[in-house]
Amino acid sequence: MTRKRRRLYFVFAAVAVLGLAATLVLMSFEDSLVFFRSPSDLAEKPMPAGRNFRLGGLVAEGSVVKDGVEIRFVVTDMAENVPVRFRGLIPDLFREGQGVVAEGQLDEQGVFVASNVLAKHDENYMPPEVAESLKKAGHWEPKSEQEEAN
Amino acid sequence: MAVDLHRFANPARFMRLTDAIFPWSLGLTVLLLASGLYYALIASPQDYQQGETVRIMFVHVPAAWMALSVYSMMAISAAVGWIWKHPVADLSAKAAAPAGACFCFLALVTGALWGQPMWGTYWVWDARLTSMLILFFLYLGYMAIWEAFDDQSKAAKAAAILVIIGAINIPVIKFSVDWWNTLHQPASVATMEGPKIHSSILTPLLLMAGAYTALFVTIFIIRVKAEILDRRLRIMRMNQVQEKGLKG
Amino acid sequence: MQEFLNMGGYAEFVWPSYGVSVLLLVALVIASVRRLRRVERDLKPFEDARKARRRRPARQESMSS
Repeated sequence: MTRKRRRLYFVFAAVAVLGLAATLVLMSFEDSLVFFRSPSDLAEKPMPAGRNFRLGGLVAEGSVVKDGVEIRFVVTDMAENVPVRFRGLIPDLFREGQGVVAEGQLDEQGVFVASNVLAKHDENYMPPEVAESLKKAGHWEPKSEQEEAN
Repeated sequence: MAVDLHRFANPARFMRLTDAIFPWSLGLTVLLLASGLYYALIASPQDYQQGETVRIMFVHVPAAWMALSVYSMMAISAAVGWIWKHPVADLSAKAAAPAGACFCFLALVTGALWGQPMWGTYWVWDARLTSMLILFFLYLGYMAIWEAFDDQSKAAKAAAILVIIGAINIPVIKFSVDWWNTLHQPASVATMEGPKIHSSILTPLLLMAGAYTALFVTIFIIRVKAEILDRRLRIMRMNQVQEKGLKG
Repeated sequence: MQEFLNMGGYAEFVWPSYGVSVLLLVALVIASVRRLRRVERDLKPFEDARKARRRRPARQESMSS
C-alpha cells in the first residue's frame, strides 16, 4: 500500500468515525430529545395506541399486582398515573416507590403494555444501617433531583 | 503564568521536569491503588439499595472522570500547540489519548456490567451513555488522525481541529442527566447540595479517583517522553536521508 | 471469604469489572514502557554518533556518514 493510499484510508476511517458519532447523536435525539415520557407528559401530549415509546416515573405504592405470568402496576409522577401490564423479567431493584422506565405502547384501553421494564435508581448512596436509622427518625426522603424538578 | 509555561516548550527542559515528577507519581499510584482497592473491596459497606454492586462504582466513576478530564486536557494542549506552535503541547495531547481512550472504554464496560443487575439492561441509548460512546469514538478518531499523516505537523493540526471541535461533547456529557430524561441517575458528588454519598462509600471512591489520576500522570510521562524522542528520531532519520542524498 | 467472592450474588458483574480494569490498565502501562524502550534503542546510534562528533571536533569532516 502506498503511503498516500494508507493516509487516505486512515482519513476515511477518521471521517467514518465522525459520521458514526454524528449518527449516534441524531439517533439519541429521536423523538425530539426524549428518552422517556412521564405520565404528565402523556397527559399533556397523548401518544396514539400502537406507537412505541418509553414511560418513566415511580412505581405507585400499593399498585403492584402479580397475576401468574403477568405483573400489573401503576407508573406515577405524583401528578398523573398510567396503568401498566408486563410479562417478562423484572429487575432486582423493581419495587413500589422505586423509579421505573418501561418500554412499550399504549393499548386501546389506555393501559401501557410493556415489552421491557427497567429499574431506575436515584443518586444517593449509603450503608443499610444509615438508611434504617434515617427511616426510623422519620427523615426518610430520598427524593432524587429529577423528581424535585417535576 | 503564561510566560513561565512557555519555558517548558523546550523539549529537553520538559523532559527534565517529567523525569523529576515520575518517581512521585509512581509512588503515589501504588499507595493510592493499594489503599483504594482495600477500601473498595474490603473496608466499605454495601449500599442500602444496590448491595454489593456499589463496588463497581469504585472502578466505573473514576474511569469516567478520567475519560472526561483527559479529553479536556487534550483539547487545551492542542489549542496551546496550535496557537503558540509548541510541538510539546501537540505531543502531550497525542501521548494522553490512548490512556483517555482506555479510561473511556472502562467506563463504558464497567457501566454495562453495573447496569445489567441494577437497571436490567447492559445498554440504553440515553443521553449520558450515548454521549460517552461518542467520546470514545472521538478518542479513536483522534488517534487515527495521527496515524494518517506522514507529515507530523499536518497530523497535529488536523488532530487539534478534531479534539477542539469535539470538546463541545464534554459539557453535554456532564449535564446530559440534567438536560434530558435519562436512565442514568443524576450526579452524586458534584451537586449543589454537596455529595449525596455517605462518607464510608465516598472514601474508596475518592481514593480510587486519586489512584487513577496518579496512574494517568505516570503513563502520560512515559508516553510523552516516547513521543518527544520519537520526534527527535524522525528528524535525525530525515537528516540522515538528506545527507545521503546530497552526497549522491 | 465465600461471601467476599460471592459479592452478594453479583460476583459475575463485580469481579469482571475489576478484572477488565486491572488487565487493560496493566496492558496500557506495559505497551507504553515497551514503546519508550524501543524509541530509546532506535535513537541510541544517533545519540552515540552525536557524542562522538562532540568529542573529536577536529575530525568533523571525516565523521560524515
